[in-house]
Parts: sequence; C-alpha cells; structure tokens
Amino acid sequence: MKYAYYPGCSLHSTGAEYDESFRAICNKMEITLDEIPDWVCCGTLPAHSSSKLLSVSLPIKNLALAEAMGHREVVVPCAACYSRFKKALYETEHDGELATEVNGIIEDEYKGSVNVIHPLEAFDGIDHNIIKKHIVRDISNLKVVCYYGCLLTRPPKVMNFDNSEYPMIMDKIAETAGATVLDWSYKTDCCGGSIALSETDMVLELCHYILEEADAVGADAIIVACPLCHSNLDNRQPEIDAKYYIEHKVPILYFSQLIGLAFGMKPEELGLHKHFISADSLL
Amino acid sequence: MNLTPTLSFAEEIRKRSGEDVNLCYQCGRCSAGCPTSYIMDVVPHRLIHSIRLGREEFILGSKTMWLCASCETCSTRCPRDIDIAKIMDNLKILSVEKGIKTPVPEVSAFYSSALNSIRRFGRIHELSMVTEIKLKTHQFMRDLKLGLQMMRMGKIKLLPETNATRRGIVRDIFANVKKREKGQ
Ligand code: SF4
Ligand code: SF4
Repeated sequence: MKYAYYPGCSLHSTGAEYDESFRAICNKMEITLDEIPDWVCCGTLPAHSSSKLLSVSLPIKNLALAEAMGHREVVVPCAACYSRFKKALYETEHDGELATEVNGIIEDEYKGSVNVIHPLEAFDGIDHNIIKKHIVRDISNLKVVCYYGCLLTRPPKVMNFDNSEYPMIMDKIAETAGATVLDWSYKTDCCGGSIALSETDMVLELCHYILEEADAVGADAIIVACPLCHSNLDNRQPEIDAKYYIEHKVPILYFSQLIGLAFGMKPEELGLHKHFISADSLL
Repeated sequence: MNLTPTLSFAEEIRKRSGEDVNLCYQCGRCSAGCPTSYIMDVVPHRLIHSIRLGREEFILGSKTMWLCASCETCSTRCPRDIDIAKIMDNLKILSVEKGIKTPVPEVSAFYSSALNSIRRFGRIHELSMVTEIKLKTHQFMRDLKLGLQMMRMGKIKLLPETNATRRGIVRDIFANVKKREKGQ
C-alpha cells in the first residue's frame, strides 16, 4: 500500500511524536508514506478566519502537488489539516466558479483526482488482520478512552466521517490493538484547539472537564488523533492541575503510539519520551 | 413601532457566507452546545437574531466571533442547517475590512502572526510566530516555561523549515488572493 503523505506543520514540530509513531507502524505494516516534498501549510484557523480564498487555495495547492506526483490518495493525520482539506474540496466541488478562481490563484490546475483520508480511515478500510499479525504484546490491561475532538467529524455534511456525536472508528482500532476501550461521553467535545495561544484560560477549563471525565470512568490513558488535542491535554495538564488543585496525571497517547506499543516497539521509537505526562505507568 | 427588521445586514451575510439567518427559529441549540459561549458577550443564537434585526454595529463590535473556537458544534446541531461557524468567520473578516478595532487583540495577534509565518516560510515556524505574538500583546512571560521545555524535547525548532520552492508557492498564493480581493 502506498499513499501520498501530508504531515502538516504540527507533525513537524509540536506533534513530532505523532509523525514518528505513525511512520514507525506504517513501516511495520509495509505501508509506504510518500511525503509531498514541498507541501505548504494548510492555513488552518488563521486563514479561514481571514480570507475564504486563502483558506481554500492553500489545501488545493497541496492536493495539486500530490496529484502531480501521481497519487490518488493523500493521508492527512492532523485533524485540523484534514478538516481544512475536506472543507476546501467541499467548497470547490459545490462551486465551479470558485474552483476555477482557485486554480488561477495557485497558478496550477487541480483536476480533482485525489482522495483525502485520515489514518484512522486508512486503517479502518484495511483488513484488520494486517494490524493483528504484528501484535506481539498483550495490552488488554490498559483501559483507554478515545477522544476524537471537533474537527474529524464536524460538520458531518463536509467530513462524512463516522457518526458526528458518537464515532467508533478509533475505538475499534484501539480494540484491534488489544486495549480495553471504555465508553465515555466526551468523545467529540472541544478542547479549545488552536485558540490555546490566545485564550489559554478557556482551554484549561475545557481540558479539565475532559480529563475529569476520563478519570471518572477509570481510564488509564486518553487516545487521540490530533496534535492540537494532544498539545492541549498533555502539555497543559500541569497548568490545569495547578489551576484546579488536583492531580490528573492522565497520559495522552496518539492511537499510533498505542498500536506501536502493541507491536512491541520501544517507547523511544514511538516518541513516548516527548510527553509532559509520562506514559511509564502504562509500560 | 417598527417591527420589520432591517434586512440589509442579513443579506450581506448571506451574500458572503451563503447562509440565511432568516431560517433561524431561535431554538438556542447552537448556544447550548457551544464550548465558549460562557465567555462570549453575545451567545450564538442571540448573535444570529441580531443579524436578522440588522444590528450591524453592535455585532461587529462584539467579542463573540473572536472567542469562537471553530469547533463546528453549532453548525452540526442546528436543526435549520445554518452553518453558524461559517457566519462567525465572515463576521471576523467583515469587521477587519471595516477597520473595527477587535475587542480581543490576543486572537487577532495570533491570526496575523501565524499568517506572517506561513507567508514568509511556507510553513508555520512556532518560535518566530510566538515571539511575534508576544511582541504584539506584550505578554512576554506567558508560556515561557512551557516553550522552553518543548524546545528541549525538540518539539519547537530553532530554525524554520523553508526553501525557495515553498516560499515561491506561498508568495504567489498570498499575492494572487490579495489581487483578487482588492478587485472585488
Ligand atoms: S441552532 Fe440554528 S435554529 Fe437554533 S437558534 Fe441556533 S441558529 Fe437558530
Ligand atoms: S463553532 Fe464557535 S460558535 Fe459554534 S459552537 Fe463552536 S465555538 Fe461556539
């Protein structure tokens, strides 16, 4: 299997361990990730808050680059980038004039042949035996909750990604990896996302509720699929603890790190040492 | 008493966003599910209603759209299928176009610093972006410890990831967008 790969800015910086662990497990499963060499930022929140043309043009340019490489599918692990790509496709598919205008802006022609997928969809779409056959370690003692956040599922008419209020796709994959997956009610609540840099207090509050619920159902770890969710829940956990006079100590793992653990990979190969809340208790 | 709302502002929003606020029946679901409504000065369903009533100045001066986290919960749950999050984006764009001073300067500092980073390098470079935000908001101590720890972990890089190709791509895109938006 081979995909074009768009890591996005976060996976090259604040979410480096998502990139490392995703590459590591793909490597093991013989899935080739062909990174688009000169990909540019998708524009994310600042672009769509400032200019519709800019917010649509940046993702479409990247798709045109993947198309020119001959790819038909691009994997986008960052939920925020993934959402911008799907939005840009939705807008241009529903507005031919906009599509032409965007081609003019990017000085390129995107022909519309590339499918945008999230790694969870890629794994969901393959025979789970491909995952199972690499499992060497029993992680059934690990109780986890899966946190999807906002941007993977919403709005459903654009994202078309599982159930928008109670998705199961990550739960199923965590279960395939061998973890004990718990039911909880915060799967798609908002962590504050990229507004963390400007409205930190609000993010602390939103994340506090998510961590509290994970504690309440008895989860050992929260599993995520977005570098922004990870940053807010992991990096800011010490601040949250200080603000609310508690000690959450909930490790936040990318689903790719969870799978990697089941594959018997070393914590360093999966970037587990790059977390603020140590995952040592789970090893 | 004039009970007929001024439709021009609602019409302006419809032209820009494609969303028709007149479909709203004020159920309040958008506000009920909104994670940031507790710090907004006008919660989403009241904002939508104000648009119908044509209260342009009141709306464009509010904090609401600047505190929106773009989580899309409102747009997902609205029984009238109004994309409220999209309206929030358009209100931000409109208020900048009209030169209205934003009541939440930290948010616009983040937007402009991130866009500058993308325009200069093609990809966001956290270190220079955060430095620019600090210079704009004068909050030099904020997140300093966190940032240093992240640098130690290799999660924030000293130098931007850039090259001539990427700079060329974003330079053209930003310039072409500007040209088209000016010509509107
Ligand atoms: S959810 Fe939709 S119909 Fe209900 S108040 Fe909000 S905008 Fe109006
Ligand atoms: S998109 Fe904005 S307004 Fe809508 S629910 Fe989320 S934070 Fe609230």
